[in-house]
Amino acid sequence: MDIAQNILLTIMTAATPLLIAAIGELVVERSGVLNLGVEGMMVIGAVCGFAATALTGSPWVGMLAAIAAGAFFSLLFGVLTLSLAANQVATGLSLTLLGLGLSGMIGESFVGTAGVKLGSIHIPVLTEIPLVGRLVFGQDPIFYISLMLTGGVAWFLFRTRAGLTLRAIGDNHASAHALGINVLKVRYLAVMFGGACAGLAGAHLSLVYTPQWVENMTAGRGWIALALVVFASWRPWRVLGGAYLFGAVSIGQLHAQALGFGIPSQFLSALPYVATIVVLVIISRDRRLTLMNTPASLGQAFVPDR
Amino acid sequence: MKKIVFALAATLAVTAVTSALAEDKYKACFIYVGSKTDGGWTQAHEAGREYAQEKLGDKVETVALENVPEGPDAERAIERFARSGCGIIFTTSFGFMDPTIAVAAKFPDVKFEHATGYKTAPNVTTYNSRFYEGRYIIGQIAGKMSKTGVAGYIASFPIPEVVMGINGFLTGARSVNPDFKLKVVWVNSWFDAGKEADAAKALIDQGVDIITQHTDSTGPMQVAEERGIKAFGQAFDQIKAGPTAQLTAIEDTWGPYYEKQIAAAMDGSWKGGESTWDGLKDGILSMAPYTNMPDDVKAMAEETQKKIESGELHPFTGPINKQDGTVWLKDGEVSDDGTLLGMNFYVEGVDDKLPQ
Repeated sequence: MDIAQNILLTIMTAATPLLIAAIGELVVERSGVLNLGVEGMMVIGAVCGFAATALTGSPWVGMLAAIAAGAFFSLLFGVLTLSLAANQVATGLSLTLLGLGLSGMIGESFVGTAGVKLGSIHIPVLTEIPLVGRLVFGQDPIFYISLMLTGGVAWFLFRTRAGLTLRAIGDNHASAHALGINVLKVRYLAVMFGGACAGLAGAHLSLVYTPQWVENMTAGRGWIALALVVFASWRPWRVLGGAYLFGAVSIGQLHAQALGFGIPSQFLSALPYVATIVVLVIISRDRRLTLMNTPASLGQAFVPDR
Repeated sequence: MKKIVFALAATLAVTAVTSALAEDKYKACFIYVGSKTDGGWTQAHEAGREYAQEKLGDKVETVALENVPEGPDAERAIERFARSGCGIIFTTSFGFMDPTIAVAAKFPDVKFEHATGYKTAPNVTTYNSRFYEGRYIIGQIAGKMSKTGVAGYIASFPIPEVVMGINGFLTGARSVNPDFKLKVVWVNSWFDAGKEADAAKALIDQGVDIITQHTDSTGPMQVAEERGIKAFGQAFDQIKAGPTAQLTAIEDTWGPYYEKQIAAAMDGSWKGGESTWDGLKDGILSMAPYTNMPDDVKAMAEETQKKIESGELHPFTGPINKQDGTVWLKDGEVSDDGTLLGMNFYVEGVDDKLPQ
């Protein structure tokens, strides 16, 4: 029966980077900023995490470096779109382009270097419980961080005053400004949080998922994270559900292929996306709820003196 | 969205590359589907380009453009190269076939070389490597090394090249273990380390104890190393990713071919419309050192390699049945190249339905 546990572990590993990046982007979008540069920040996190690990020998240092690199990189987006009020869509796209190119350059000398894996935790007795031991007590640290992040963000957004402020800015920045809230400061913090999360998601790829550095190793996961935010109608726990659903269908289709059911593989490969779209359609049937959750000033530049 | 990004990136890169070119040297240009440092397919081509550059020295300027997606975007990238004064252009992925033919028609004076395709033109030559020879050898090793008698194959796209590899591998394995089975997982990507690793995990969870791949990253090798099973490197020696897992690797050694063709293009002896399909004996592919296996298996692999190089053994020699049990090759019959290049069926023992 260990195969069930193995499959679940693989699913969670596949879902974790999506979840972390999406949670970060959720906070950014809740503050009314659309950062399409998730893929770029993620790949920067992956390369910096790997490089720092290779240089210091400690994957923990690598993880922190990835978080810092992601946050720092997102600051570039922040300066352009918040202070200089540049177009967010264009800036986000260029952030992705820059990230992909820059990461290739930074990582050039690290290609083929043996990676150090951020090991899974191991608690005597607890981890060895059959069927669920490794699922609950034996995963990598970033997995636990991802759950804490989800819970923390849900609590912050909907149970704290600061979270209310952030959502208010996302819904109507002009009103929030009129109330004396420093819109740009909050948005800067949100953007940097998103960058840090994307960096951490990248670190998961290069330190846990496949401990190595190869160019473009994010392979479009940043875009999936972006889609998950919309899929989840900007609600943290739904992001978790979406990421795990996507992970489950992605891994499930590989198993279905290996079992040799004879279902066309092209169909199976498309299945994660099909499943996501179907759920999205079902969720958005309630138009009122969707509108309520969509940050009303998403993507609009804010210039205080207007 | 991703496509747009890549298209933009490709355009930018071409501009940067072409403006930096010297004017008087002969230009040989390369289009890669992946990154120069992917540790697999593209890195092997890059090594070939470096080899040719070194051999031909100052007379030639070689330029490469990496991460060009297959499909319409490729056409734009190839055309930019053709316009920028490249004398000969190597397009190094199957999916560049139609774009190469399309651009070649517009630039009759530029010479084109397309890897692994089957369409030629007066100024388009194709070149390929008989990878199935290597796959037959690794199949034999798998047949000897596997305890469960089931191997896992991580495949990219259902094109003849890949199907031929699967059949070559299984035919090799069945030559030493007639009951050998093969599970195939298609990831529908050439390069996605995470997805390839996931496919490897899925296969291992379902009981295969040896994996091989026709995708370009070292993800599966790393999983094999972690789970303590054996695997084969793809296109490039991947021993660094799997020091105790890699049995051998099929290495692509394009360098001598590139050197020869560029030299021919420069002195005017280059011919279009040709199809080169070289194998182990020509040195266009070679086997990485046989490691992590008992001596008798190693001896067998070396023996087989010698026989293939001398022409004594053709991997696709009958009796071989198709997947449904009907006869493909009668006893002693050898497959012709045409059938191999258009291969669209599995041989007996593949536990998968071929995507059509």
